Amino acid sequence: MAKITHPKRALSTNPLKSSTPLGAALAYLGIERAIPLFHGSQGCTAFAMVHLVRHFKEAVPLQTTAMNEVSTILGGADQIEEAIENLRKKSNPRFIGIASTALTETRGEDVMGELKEIVRRRDDFADTAVVYASTPDFEGALEDGWAKAVEAIIDALVPETTERDPDLRQVNLLCGSHLTPAEVEELVRLIRAFGLSPIVLPDISTSLDGHVSDDWRGTSLGGTTIEDIGRMDRSAFTLAIGESMRGAAKKLEDRALVPFRVFQSVTGLKPVDAFIRTLMSLAGLQDAPPSIKRERSRLMDASLDAHFHTGGLQVAIAADPDLLFALSSTLAGMGAEIVTAVSTSQHNPVLERVPADEVVIGDLGDFEDLARAAGARILVTHSHGRHAAHRLHLPLVRAGFPIFDRIGAQDICRVGYRGTRAFLYEIANTVQSIHHRATPEDFGAAPIPEEFDHVPHAQTC
Amino acid sequence: MTMADALKDKIQDVFDEPACGTNISKSEQQRKKGCAKPLTPGAAAGGCAFDGAKIALQPIVDVAHLVHAPLACEGNGWDNRGAASSGSERYRTGFTTDLTEIDIVMGHGERKLFRAIKELVAKENPPAIFVYSTCVPALIGDDIDAVCKAATEKFGTPCIPINAPGYVGSKNLGNKLAGEAMLDHVIGTLEPEECTPYDINIVGDYNLSGELWQVKPLLDKLGIRILGSLSADARYRQVAMMHRAKVTMMVCSKALINVARKLEERWGVPFFEGSFYGISDTSDSLRQMCRIMVEQGADPELLDRCEKLIEEEERKIWLQLETMRPRVEGRKVLLYTGGHKSWSVVSALQELGMEVIGTSVRKATEEDKERVKEIMQTDAHMFDNMAPKDMYRVLKEAQADVLMSGGRSQFVALKAKMPWVDVNQEKHEPYAGYMGMVDLVRAIDRAVNNPMWAQLREPAPWEGDLSDIGPMPPLKGACPVTGIKGQGPAVVPMARPARTPELAAAGTGFLGASANPTDFEDDC
Repeated sequence: MAKITHPKRALSTNPLKSSTPLGAALAYLGIERAIPLFHGSQGCTAFAMVHLVRHFKEAVPLQTTAMNEVSTILGGADQIEEAIENLRKKSNPRFIGIASTALTETRGEDVMGELKEIVRRRDDFADTAVVYASTPDFEGALEDGWAKAVEAIIDALVPETTERDPDLRQVNLLCGSHLTPAEVEELVRLIRAFGLSPIVLPDISTSLDGHVSDDWRGTSLGGTTIEDIGRMDRSAFTLAIGESMRGAAKKLEDRALVPFRVFQSVTGLKPVDAFIRTLMSLAGLQDAPPSIKRERSRLMDASLDAHFHTGGLQVAIAADPDLLFALSSTLAGMGAEIVTAVSTSQHNPVLERVPADEVVIGDLGDFEDLARAAGARILVTHSHGRHAAHRLHLPLVRAGFPIFDRIGAQDICRVGYRGTRAFLYEIANTVQSIHHRATPEDFGAAPIPEEFDHVPHAQTC
Repeated sequence: MTMADALKDKIQDVFDEPACGTNISKSEQQRKKGCAKPLTPGAAAGGCAFDGAKIALQPIVDVAHLVHAPLACEGNGWDNRGAASSGSERYRTGFTTDLTEIDIVMGHGERKLFRAIKELVAKENPPAIFVYSTCVPALIGDDIDAVCKAATEKFGTPCIPINAPGYVGSKNLGNKLAGEAMLDHVIGTLEPEECTPYDINIVGDYNLSGELWQVKPLLDKLGIRILGSLSADARYRQVAMMHRAKVTMMVCSKALINVARKLEERWGVPFFEGSFYGISDTSDSLRQMCRIMVEQGADPELLDRCEKLIEEEERKIWLQLETMRPRVEGRKVLLYTGGHKSWSVVSALQELGMEVIGTSVRKATEEDKERVKEIMQTDAHMFDNMAPKDMYRVLKEAQADVLMSGGRSQFVALKAKMPWVDVNQEKHEPYAGYMGMVDLVRAIDRAVNNPMWAQLREPAPWEGDLSDIGPMPPLKGACPVTGIKGQGPAVVPMARPARTPELAAAGTGFLGASANPTDFEDDC
């Protein structure tokens, strides 16, 4: 069990985490025709938007209640109402997801109450679903904001039922913040391979997958439909990916009696096996489709080829808890040694299961220092880790959010048998890319005498 | 005398090796067939004579190695071995004449070779160019000796013909022919600035992943200089000066015994066979080396220094190895290497509490076999070679925990979900000298203790007990894929066909293995 430690210092150097409201905004972007709305000052939104655009290379709809000095002091309900009205006029969204920020939370507004009042009063808002999540920047990280947003969506849009009438072919897939669009897509493919029909919440695989659409809308282009969310109560089962989705899965169970299972990881042979086994049970199949069996045997072969490079490899990794756990446990399962683990949020109990002696809740400054001290041979974190990589002369495997100095971040897939295979190759190839030319000095030997060296142009006979 | 006749004579010459015990025990008839086993069509696995020649000489780092051949010989074979250099990187560059159909049909081979040499001298200005003959130019009668002679005169850069076309025989023969080329054209052509009583030759080591450098600190401490090397991390000048060493150590192999013997005959440099694999081997080699040097006139105090060094280094390394014992103790090892390695690592592994369940004695001498018997106290664990399917079975049945072998049996072990450690020439880690033993044990530890194996051996989700998965109730609504509505029949659970038990391989030999006419690992 990893020990969770908090460095005793006031100064944070090179932040690792992205903010909580940004996580909520990302989750909201997985809803069809959505606009996330930050309840805060303009800057909160601007920074977050730039962050998102840099990562996805997409126009990201993200709006703000543009709190000013006066509204901050007097209360921002009017700002929210005005924002909703303007957004409806401009972009006609089906869904507006509001995320609070440090500013409004510090003042302490009852946004939930105010929002109820607004929605009751403004029946012209009826065809836009408005959801609110409390996501102060000073509490948690991206992963927490995402989880809170998903819980808020369930609270607001999944009907409460007292009786079960499940559609046995329908399952809910609750995706944690650590999954990329390609990863969501891969999980959907696996679920469909067993004849099951998933409702994905939130579904960034259709909104942030990077595609050219036929029209320009000021809302998200794709994502879970409001109607589908309304049908989640009838699903036979909920598959929650990532420990951070346990709360949301629990909420679904409380509201609609849908049983659930949390998959802390769907990367690595055993975690994917568990996922597939659950799908087999749900589908009533004692066998898996040939394509999936083949993928498993190919992953085994990839593991065999990769283990020469991962065995004994010292890895330093920094990420939000769910991603940290998924990647580090896969690598540890391949014989790697997680010498440095840094994470962002202490709220996720999965951190204790990270296969390292210690998980530091810290920043990239800690990451760099610890990786140096521990003699790490590769770094795994998001793009901001490039400075540490440069100074430590170590290769960096980019994982998490944001990835802004590489394109195609949305297409990285490290889940399922196929994704794990790609991940193992990625790590093994990174290890092989470390160019080291051995010298006699490496072994404590004196160099070969220079008198034996060829002097060009000298005549030999 | 034509080129072909000269080559024929050369081959007969190397087949007659008075310094080799195996060779002199053969009948005249057998001797003419050479050292390697006869090549069996459809059941041969090793490299050709050209391959052998190239392997023996390529580690000479500052030489330009020019392969006179159609593309396959260099194009398919270059940059595939990990011989390390502390100097020039020229040896890694693939130079070839890339003979085309027109060159061959029109007889342009010699001219193209000459032009290639000219370009190479202009481009690289190397200390020498080694020109390798191959099957096609040998067949069409390109006289590379003549071309090399002319080019040497014209450009002033020694051009050395290496006459070992692939079809003349095995890799082992190629090694010897390469050695002959060195004796004929290189050794003795340069004099060192000064000679000391502590100058040695190392022959037959290729400094794979830096193995020579794992041993070199020991030599440095004793004040021993590697004057000549064939061809670990060697410079051309070092090969040219080999005749001035006081002793030649032949490492690991008899492949270049012709060089060692002729160094003794022509220049009075005595030689001995030794190995730097394993702790006792390393110590023995150092002792023998120093003893001969003292016989050759070095100060006898060298022997005391040598003993002191051995004692100190052995103590240090055992202290280090002892800390690793718990990681490897009780593990069962199947060794599939051959030659001296059949026994040289066995004793160290045994000392660390590992159980060597079998060791192959391919290419091992009678002497080697005696050592195996002595170390393992029985010859029951000795086998010659093993067919891949038998090896797969032995590993699959978990009669061993780890296979230590060369690259060719790698996949036999891996597909049986068994750890494998590379101990042959393609390996990426150096395991020589005292410190190499620590690296080897570390590699075994890393292989056998990787948690991956346990994961891989667990049943797949569709294997094992499936009783908890029942059939689904009848479908309601529409099919999610086709959209077809219907009240279909209940889903019938798909069931896997029962497994047919694998046929046990009949065998009587070592671990139930059947005798195998061809040795698939045959590559040394």
